[in-house]
Amino acid sequence: MPILTLIYLLASVSFIAGLKMLSNPTTARRGNLIAAAGMLLAIAGTIFGYHDETGKSLGNYGWIFGGIFIGAVIGAVSARKVKMTSMPEMVSLFNGMGGACAALISIVEFNHLVKAPPVDSRAELLIILAGLLIGTVSFTGSMVAWGKLNGKVKDFAFPGQHYINMIVLLAAIAIGGWMLAHNLLSAPLFYTILVLSIVYGLFFVLPIGGADMPVVISILNSFTGVAAACGGFLYDNKAMLTGGILVGAAGTLLTILMCKAMNRSLLNVLIGSFGGGAKAGADNAGAQGIYKEVSLSDAAVVLAYANKVMIVPGYGLAVAQAQHVCHELEKLLTSRGVEVKYAIHPVAGRMPGHMNVLLAEADVAYENLLEMEQANEEFPSVDVVMVLGANDVVNPAAKNDKNSPIYGMPILEVELARSCIVNKRSMKPGYAGIENELFFSPRTSMLFGDAKKVLQDLVAEIKNI
Amino acid sequence: MTHILDAIAAHQDYIYIVVLMIFLGIEVIGRVPSVLHTPLMSGANAIHGVVIIGAIIVMGKAEPDNYVALVLGFLAVILGTLNVVGGFAVTDRMLEMFKNKKAK
Repeated sequence: MPILTLIYLLASVSFIAGLKMLSNPTTARRGNLIAAAGMLLAIAGTIFGYHDETGKSLGNYGWIFGGIFIGAVIGAVSARKVKMTSMPEMVSLFNGMGGACAALISIVEFNHLVKAPPVDSRAELLIILAGLLIGTVSFTGSMVAWGKLNGKVKDFAFPGQHYINMIVLLAAIAIGGWMLAHNLLSAPLFYTILVLSIVYGLFFVLPIGGADMPVVISILNSFTGVAAACGGFLYDNKAMLTGGILVGAAGTLLTILMCKAMNRSLLNVLIGSFGGGAKAGADNAGAQGIYKEVSLSDAAVVLAYANKVMIVPGYGLAVAQAQHVCHELEKLLTSRGVEVKYAIHPVAGRMPGHMNVLLAEADVAYENLLEMEQANEEFPSVDVVMVLGANDVVNPAAKNDKNSPIYGMPILEVELARSCIVNKRSMKPGYAGIENELFFSPRTSMLFGDAKKVLQDLVAEIKNI
Repeated sequence: MTHILDAIAAHQDYIYIVVLMIFLGIEVIGRVPSVLHTPLMSGANAIHGVVIIGAIIVMGKAEPDNYVALVLGFLAVILGTLNVVGGFAVTDRMLEMFKNKKAK
């Protein structure tokens, strides 16, 4: 047991150090490995060094190793195989697994409690119920988020949903409070809480739009952290406690940072007033002007003879998996003496920082990626801005139109550039559901089509010039 | 009132850990650039996979004739391992790309 204490201490320190290093680009990868090493140590220490209060060590090694083997193989293979564009939903899926794990632990421990009830089970019951509720919500919520990101689950909302959600959650908490107040180990009530938690998790995420999924995943991530910490109380396990609370706190802050990058309040995301407000915005945007289309060969000429080109990648690029051909276009233009840079909006793509990961995968040099502030300084000297499947992050309404639901969101000011080519699949509005006046500006021309196909054709055209 | 104070006194080491960890969690990632939001979320996701320890304990303590505990514990071990292994592997894959850039 003393050795195990030391092992858990080391694991806790590795989680803290790992998280610290993860927030700096140069040390991030090492940080991840350090945390992973700490985790491995903690797991091995638990399997071989754990003794309960009576000094008995663990049994069922076959089951334990079997489970770890199955989980490790599936986890490693799916993590290796997943496409870079599907990373966010993968994170959501793994997060859900952690939540489910915490909920299952609570169920088993509740059964233990029922079988051999101590005189006062309230402290344990409180932790078990908290782990059940938080873990289950995290699990079902993450599953919905996962389904939404890969397009299998559509937005679903009904009038008064927020009130019903509140009622469901309060009912679960009230039943839990009742059980605690009366020291009541009732299985029917326990499973009612489980069902209510499942319902709450589903209804909580279902009405929230796909664009806000990163924020939701981040919240659920911190939920799972807290659920893991519940296990730490239950087993008097400091590694679980520190790891769980650490992720709970860091995850909450990360959620807030993400909301800040989108200039939204957390409450706004959760209550989903975005969708409601967007309808009003769409109405008064009906009378927009006409847009102008540009042919592929014209676009190729414009790009090839520009001095400075700024590429603005967005969700469309991620969906079309066009990052490699985008880099090819960049190299081609650079070889012709064109200065090419990328302007990265903090929330471009499916998750904050997602674009950087995608472009890094395609070998785009780190120095060529400009953050929003730098990019906005450079736009006035840019000849051609190439917007690839981005919409809301370049919508000038965020600056000009006080009635717009995205008013106040920091944007890339592409309208300051001399000209702008926008590649989109159609004139359909983006996530926010509002028209973009940029598309109707006289300096803007539209180039319709799938980002990958269009870029491939552009590369071919430019080579022929 | 004395009841609550007693409870605080009895569990003071837990309370200290929780409070300090909350501040540490916030402090540690306070200045993260937005570029790293996604990998950081993924890394934190892997770290809360520490819940696997609880699953292992549940599994290891289950009586051989308690099939409910055996099955649920087994499932919990699988899911927890998925969270840990998948979480760290995905994070590493994301960060691998950042590192390649730096080397050049």
